[in-house]
Amino acid sequence: MSLAVAPRADTDQRGRAEPSGPLVRLEGVTKIFANGTVALAGLDLAIGRHEFVSLLGPSGCGKSTALRLIAGLARPTSGRIRGPEGAARGAAGFVFQEPTLMPWATVFDNVWLPLRLQGIGRRQAEGPVAEALAMVGLAEFARAYPRELSGGMKMRVSIARALVTRPSLLLMDEPFAALDEITRLKLNDELLALWRAQSWTVVFVTHSVYESVYLSTRIVVMAPRPGRVVADLPIEAPWPRDEAFRTSPAYNALCRRVSAELHRAMGS
Amino acid sequence: MASALEPATTSLPAAAAPAERAPGDDRLARILAPALIAVLVVAGWEAIVRLNEIPHYILPGPSLVARELVESWPILWPSLLITVKIAGLALLAAVVGGVGLALLCSISKWIELSLFPYAVVLQVTPVVSIAPLILIYVDEPLTAVVLCAWIVAFFPILSNTMLGLASADHNLRDLFELYGASRWQQLLLLRLPTALPYFLGGLRIAGGLALIGAVVAEYVAGTAGTGTGLAFRVLEAQYRLNIPRMFAGLLLLALTGVAIYLLFGALSHLLLHRWHESALRREP
Ligand SMILES: Nc1ncnc2c1ncn2[C@@H]1O[C@H](COP(=O)(O)OP(=O)(O)OP(=O)(O)O)[C@@H](O)[C@H]1O
Ligand SMILES: [Mg+2]
Repeated sequence: MSLAVAPRADTDQRGRAEPSGPLVRLEGVTKIFANGTVALAGLDLAIGRHEFVSLLGPSGCGKSTALRLIAGLARPTSGRIRGPEGAARGAAGFVFQEPTLMPWATVFDNVWLPLRLQGIGRRQAEGPVAEALAMVGLAEFARAYPRELSGGMKMRVSIARALVTRPSLLLMDEPFAALDEITRLKLNDELLALWRAQSWTVVFVTHSVYESVYLSTRIVVMAPRPGRVVADLPIEAPWPRDEAFRTSPAYNALCRRVSAELHRAMGS
Repeated sequence: MASALEPATTSLPAAAAPAERAPGDDRLARILAPALIAVLVVAGWEAIVRLNEIPHYILPGPSLVARELVESWPILWPSLLITVKIAGLALLAAVVGGVGLALLCSISKWIELSLFPYAVVLQVTPVVSIAPLILIYVDEPLTAVVLCAWIVAFFPILSNTMLGLASADHNLRDLFELYGASRWQQLLLLRLPTALPYFLGGLRIAGGLALIGAVVAEYVAGTAGTGTGLAFRVLEAQYRLNIPRMFAGLLLLALTGVAIYLLFGALSHLLLHRWHESALRREP
């Protein structure tokens, strides 16, 4: 389905998407905001099934904008975007930089929300919600309110909410940026374990070279003003990745390479 | 228990206070401190009246006021009920009208643009100056007085609810859009819960204002009004130079105002204490 050209209800384009092709494809996407800011200029990006792609780049290079375009939350000024089938209704899960929970609702109700908006009642939702909470290790906290949770736990609730619709595509906008190092590393490991077990496609926005190298199968380096892709690096490090990988020379070499690309992006 | 509208500075002393106080201390102080002030003021007042031998038709002592309150209770109590009924009806109408109009405004920009200026006009026109007109045009005295009180109580509810409905978190709005939420779902699951603390803040202001509006209307109406409300009794006592009863009536009005404030404070706490910042007890 083309999010850019066709409205959501356009069904005749759906059947043509070849299931073996890339899950997401951006072709010459340009985004110019109302105030004249050119956030993205001619962005080309194809994301295949089961990839873990990191968008890496300095602040203001259009990473969030690209993610919002993929999710269908914004429309490109020009260019084409093809998202996953039925992207508008739960095929893509979105994790914001902040936990973005409803403070008046319990953890259960927060995770239930995507299903509830699709007309699924509380009873029917109990199974999927419990499953999603168990995935992020918060099974016992279903009845807690967000304010009773730590920052890391809130983030995990927000991840559970993105997972509850069983999306084929997970879009994450610097989900761990506000967390402390230890929690971040722990959530990195949990995310990787889930990704490997469930074989999703993940697009992960981050500022951190180290985080992106640890997590990704591929790193897309972006440069600002105007936002564009300057490097596309496959990360062919072995699996599983764990503490030992983080201290290995291979990891360090990869980090140096990505860092150099990033510096080139910012210099040019 | 700070409402959403109270200045944020009220929370600063609490944050700076020493951490080792037990939670019970706070509640005790909240009752004891004002009680101590009351005792001091009443004792000082009584002393001044007795020492200077001030005649009761100029300044009655608190003991005399208390005796008058008890003696004229059969007159004051039914009058109080009438004033409370006026304020209550006005507040009810203000809630229905304020929330209703706020919802309409949130649905259509055009309704907001065309009606909101008139709500402001209604708010900034002093009720004392419209009340006589209302009393001329509206025949039924109770309706006229309720209308006056409604005019003062209406605006805080409208403006607070409108602000609340427009304050939903942007990321949450995106989330709702991402999952294809209908307008109705957005209103029910996102906008209304967001607006609730704002509405309750407005309600607490409007509660006091409805009482003030009722009193002002009764004053302006005089014998042309319902003729039996508490404000009318105060006015009547003034004509008869029954100053102790005037004081008794005023005391009763003040206590009613405090009771209304506390009632809505409790309601607000009941509805918000699980989640909203204003109602959370800070861990010592
Ligand atoms: N709603 C908007 N209106 C106008 N300009 C915007 C808007 N949103 C983003 N921009 C501009 O678009 C550019 C890219 O913004 P974006 O948020 O995508 O950056 P980013 O790469 O996510 O940055 P960060 O890492 O700091 O989150 C920035 O220059 C920003 O000023
Ligand atoms: Mg961003």
